[in-house]
Order: sequence, then C-alpha cells, then structure tokens
Amino acid sequence: MDDDTPTEQTSEAENSYWQENIRLLVSLMAIWFACSFGAGILFRDFLDQFMIGGYPLGFWFAQQGSIYIFIALIFFYVVRMKQIERKYDLDD
Amino acid sequence: METQTLIYIFVALSFSLYIGIAIWSRAGSTKEFYVAGGGVNPVVNGMATAADWMSAASFISMAGILAFAGYDGSVYLMGWTGGFVMLALLLAPYLRKFGQFTVPDFIGTRYYSKTARVVAVICLIFISFTYIAGQMRGVGIVFSRFLDVEITMGVIIGMGIVFIYAVLGGMKGITYTQVAQYCVLIFAYMVPAFFLSFMITGTPIPQLGLGSGVADGSGMSVLQKLDTVLVDLGFTAYTDGSKSMIDVFCITLALMVGTAGLPHVIVRFFTVPKASDARKSAGWALLFIALLYTTAPAVGAFGMLNFVEKVDDTAYSEVDEFFPLWESNGLLAFQDKNGDGVMQYRPGNAFEGKPEYTGESGQSGERLLSNTPNAESANEVYVDHDIMVLANPEIANLPGWVVALMAAGGLAAALSTAAGLLLVISSSVSHDLLKSTFAPNISSKAELLAARIAATAAIIVAGYLGIYPPGWVAQVVAFAFGLAASSLFPAIFMGIFFKSMNKEGAIAGMVSGLVFTFSYILYFKLLDPAANTAENWLFGISPEGIGVIGMLINFGIAIAVASVTKSTPLEIRKLVDSIRVPRGAGDAHVH
Repeated sequence: MDDDTPTEQTSEAENSYWQENIRLLVSLMAIWFACSFGAGILFRDFLDQFMIGGYPLGFWFAQQGSIYIFIALIFFYVVRMKQIERKYDLDD
Repeated sequence: METQTLIYIFVALSFSLYIGIAIWSRAGSTKEFYVAGGGVNPVVNGMATAADWMSAASFISMAGILAFAGYDGSVYLMGWTGGFVMLALLLAPYLRKFGQFTVPDFIGTRYYSKTARVVAVICLIFISFTYIAGQMRGVGIVFSRFLDVEITMGVIIGMGIVFIYAVLGGMKGITYTQVAQYCVLIFAYMVPAFFLSFMITGTPIPQLGLGSGVADGSGMSVLQKLDTVLVDLGFTAYTDGSKSMIDVFCITLALMVGTAGLPHVIVRFFTVPKASDARKSAGWALLFIALLYTTAPAVGAFGMLNFVEKVDDTAYSEVDEFFPLWESNGLLAFQDKNGDGVMQYRPGNAFEGKPEYTGESGQSGERLLSNTPNAESANEVYVDHDIMVLANPEIANLPGWVVALMAAGGLAAALSTAAGLLLVISSSVSHDLLKSTFAPNISSKAELLAARIAATAAIIVAGYLGIYPPGWVAQVVAFAFGLAASSLFPAIFMGIFFKSMNKEGAIAGMVSGLVFTFSYILYFKLLDPAANTAENWLFGISPEGIGVIGMLINFGIAIAVASVTKSTPLEIRKLVDSIRVPRGAGDAHVH
C-alpha cells in the first residue's frame, strides 16, 4: 500500500541512500529474528542436541548467544551506516 | 565493622553522590530539563539508558525468576534486550533527527493532529505509572530488608532523593545521576556473581561458569547437574520449559516491541547530539545492559543449585544460618507437614499464600505458620524468588561490605528507573498537554515551572502507589509492555517507514490496538483471573504476550483506514524525507 514516491525535493542520492538502508535493515533484522526466535525458540529442541561450552545449543542461544549477537548487530549497523552515509555525502 | 553499619555508610555515600551531582547539573532551561541540552556523549547516554532501563525488578528479581522458570525465563532475557536492536535500527536515529522533546511530540507532529498527540500522552501516562508504582515499592523493600526501616519510611526517603535530582535537575540531573547509579548497580551485581561462580565452578566469569563443570568431582556441567537434581525432585528439567512454543514466541516479541516503544527509554535518545549518535548510543546501552543480563542466568542457576543442595533433605536444626535469617524477612518458610523435622523441597506450593507466622516455634525451631497447608504437594519449603539475589552474599559467606554494596545497588536500580519515568510523565504534561495543546501561549519559564510542578505531583502519586500498592500492581506489568507494543510502537514505526500513513489511519490503529490489548489483559488479569488458563486464551497466547496481536491489529486497521482516507499532506511527506536523512540534525529545538 505504501506509495513511497519521493517528493520533488528529494535528491537521487537521498533515494539511493534510503534504498540501501532498507536493504541493510532487512538483512540485519533477519539475523535478529533467526538467532532469537529461530535458534532460541522455534528450533531450540533440535539445537539442544548439540553442546557449546557446556550449554545445550538452543538454550545457549536463548539465554546468552542471542544477546551477544544483538550487540554485534547494532555496532555493525553503526559502522556500515556511517560508510553508506559518507558514500552519499549525507552523514551528520 | 558491623555489616549494618557498613550498609548505612554505603547507602549514605551513594545518596550524597547523587545529590551532589544533582546540584552540579541543575537544569536552567526547558531544553536542559527535557533533553539535557541535547549534548550528551553517546557512551555516557548508553550508560544512563542502561540504568534507566534496569529496574529494581532486573536487579533484585530477575535472577530468581530465571532460577525458578529455567528455560521459560528466556523470554525476559531475549525480550528485554532484543528491543534495543529494534530501537537502534528502526526508531532512535530518526526520532533524534526529528529533534523534538517527547514521544507525543513526534506522533502529534507527524500525524498533524492534536488528537493523535493526546492519545499518545494517554498511552504514555498509563504505561509510565504502571511501571513506576513497582519502582517505588522496590525502594521501600530494599530499605526495609537492609536498613531496618519501615517500608513507608523507605518510600518517603526515596521520594525525597528523587525529588531533589529529578525536579531540580530535570533530564540533565537524571542523566548524570543515572551514570553514577549504573556504576554502583553493576559493581554490586557482579561482585557476588564472580565469587559465586568461582565457588561453584572454579571459573570466576559467571557466563563461562554456567557451562563449566561443577567443582565437586562429578564431571557434570552446572546445567546438567541442575537438570538431574531438579528432575530427581519431580520438577521439569531446568533447560526445558513448560510454556507452549507459541506463548514463548509471543511473550518474547511483545517484550521486544514493548521495550522499543517505552517512552522513558526512547526519550533518552533525544539527548545525544546527532542522529548517528543515537544508533551508537543504543549499542552502548545494550552492551551495558548485557553485562547484567548475561550474568543473571548464571546467578539464578548457581543460586538454585546451592539452594537445593543446602535446603532439600536437610534437617531444619542443621541448616545454614541464612535460612533462619531470611525466614525472619518472610522470604523463606518451612512447614513441617510430615513432622520429621527434615525439609523436603518439591514442586507445588507448600501452603496457600505468603507466609503468616504465628510467632511460635515448632519442634525443630522453625517459625510456625498459620497458613493452610497444601495437601496436594509434598513440598514443605516456601521460597520467594528474590532470595536468589538478596541472600547470595550470605549463602556464599561473602564479607559484610558485599552485602552493603547490594543494598546500595538495589536502591540505585530502583531510583534511576523511577526518575526516568517521572521525567517522561512530567514532560508529557507540561510540554504536550500544556504548551502544545491547551495553553500554547505560556512562556518557556512558565513551562519549566509547570514541568517541575508536574514532576512533584507525579512523585507524590508514585509514592502513594508505593506505600499503598493496589493489589493489581504486580498483575499488570504486562500492561506496560503490551500497551507500548500495541499503541506507540506501530504509530512511530509507520510514521518513519510509511510515508502514506495518515492521521486517520494512525489514530484508528492506536485506539484499536490499545483497546484490544487493554481489554484482553483486564479480563484475564483482573475481571476473571480464574479463567486465565491456556484453554481460554486466544490462540493460546497469555495476557503477557497478547501485545503482539494488539500490534498486528494496530498495523492492519491503520493500513486499511489510511488506504480509504485522504492522503498525507505534502509538508508531512517532506518532514518524513528529512528525518530519514541524518545530515542536518543539529540541536533539539523548540518549535
């Protein structure tokens, strides 16, 4: 339903910047979903047959791993977005 | 030195530190009061956000909840951290670029509607008061357990301290006290955790200790041992849950989305200088929070193992001294149902309700209870889950200063969250209701005064709720997250990502999400608690997780209504274009 048509004053750079941002967001949110809802909840029973550092793997994702991955995701986004913003000369 | 004296010294020192900071960082303008002047370093803001976020419940109760819920407790760990990813990626930088003072500011401006702003203020006030009552209660409980002060007196002292730095200092005062409070609380949490991990596994790092072998020669890891011990007693295995998968899924998602939609968390990202700093700051906040959140499951598991070993199948007359000590605080109790003088810890409640002591002692010296025994369970031990954190220093025989540190840490956690909540309540009253809606002509000086009066009034209401907690307080924490998830989050998200979302759609969405979630929780938690079982739930989703359905309803209705009503005006489309691009964020400005 979204007519994300640019208003007349948005530049080419701003549009490409936004497209690239959305692509990055989609892939990072997919990882966010996979490590918590996927590994920690939906596939936990299957993963629990493997062990990591004394933890059943699914349990580890639910109580430790997903949190570490969350932190990594945010810092990756910080770094990557800065690069994208510089590329389009839109950084603050 | 006596432990009690040490506790007084630690608490007094931490309080004077907070007051000192408040005097040094008084707010002189509305901008300083609402967003600390908008110049807070992202790392500092991350630390303040962490203290703001971690409440008395995170500090005192979470490890215990995890200890007794095992795998099911994961919903809190993932739910309360995953929300920061949504904040950093989907909301914070854009809201910072928008550059005003409050969450209703964004909703009111983006949806060009005073109605939308007022709906947002109502959601915000409801969410924040639900949350704050628990914090003031937490302050009172810490005082009464560690300092031998009546709960009422404890709440009043806490109100006084928060009054000084929230009313004087506004966001600026709160930010810098929260930084100090984070340091106090994380230190207080980690020290006993290191000791405990070392004692049980020989590894001082709790996150590694939880997976390491138990230092008793059995060759089992902590989790394996815990599974074995609990299954032997008839409990569900620790690494196995008892909630259904759909419920775990929905609760986790509702907590994540709710976290991202909580106004007192969002507003912290208005205080950094730039949009890119908002992203960075959310990363630091999560890192600081994760220190405690990845330690808590270890503390819970160690505590549980320790507790079962020291209590189950032990004669009351031979139990360690922590038991009688915490028995006197009502956190532990022993009802000798079979009269053998030995404590049996089994699944189920030992008796009905909280312990009520008769004042007499039984044959083994235990405090007798007037509660009706639960004949269906062989369990004889009552245990409050807070014990896993509060009694750790004693269970692990740690020195008195560690106990003192715990008291200061618990108070820091409760006060920092209370102050953050008070601030969003007062700014939504003075800024959104007065300045932007009902009295647009007041001067900034009058607005600042109104903010201070509103903060004072909010402290008094919060204190009252802390002293006379209505029975429903504990029942409705689900409200705060469910309502944030079903009302504020979708409105903000669509405001940024869907240019064509208009005022009719947003208002219809917020109201329907809110009404649905509110009624569902109200029905199962307050009106008919007896019906609160999985068979009666919609799709098997408990009231804690229903915010997810509320959120979907909000999105669905909003999109449907927006597609049949007048489209967004051009200047709003331009506004959305401008918040999507970081360049030109500048200062948070008065509009």
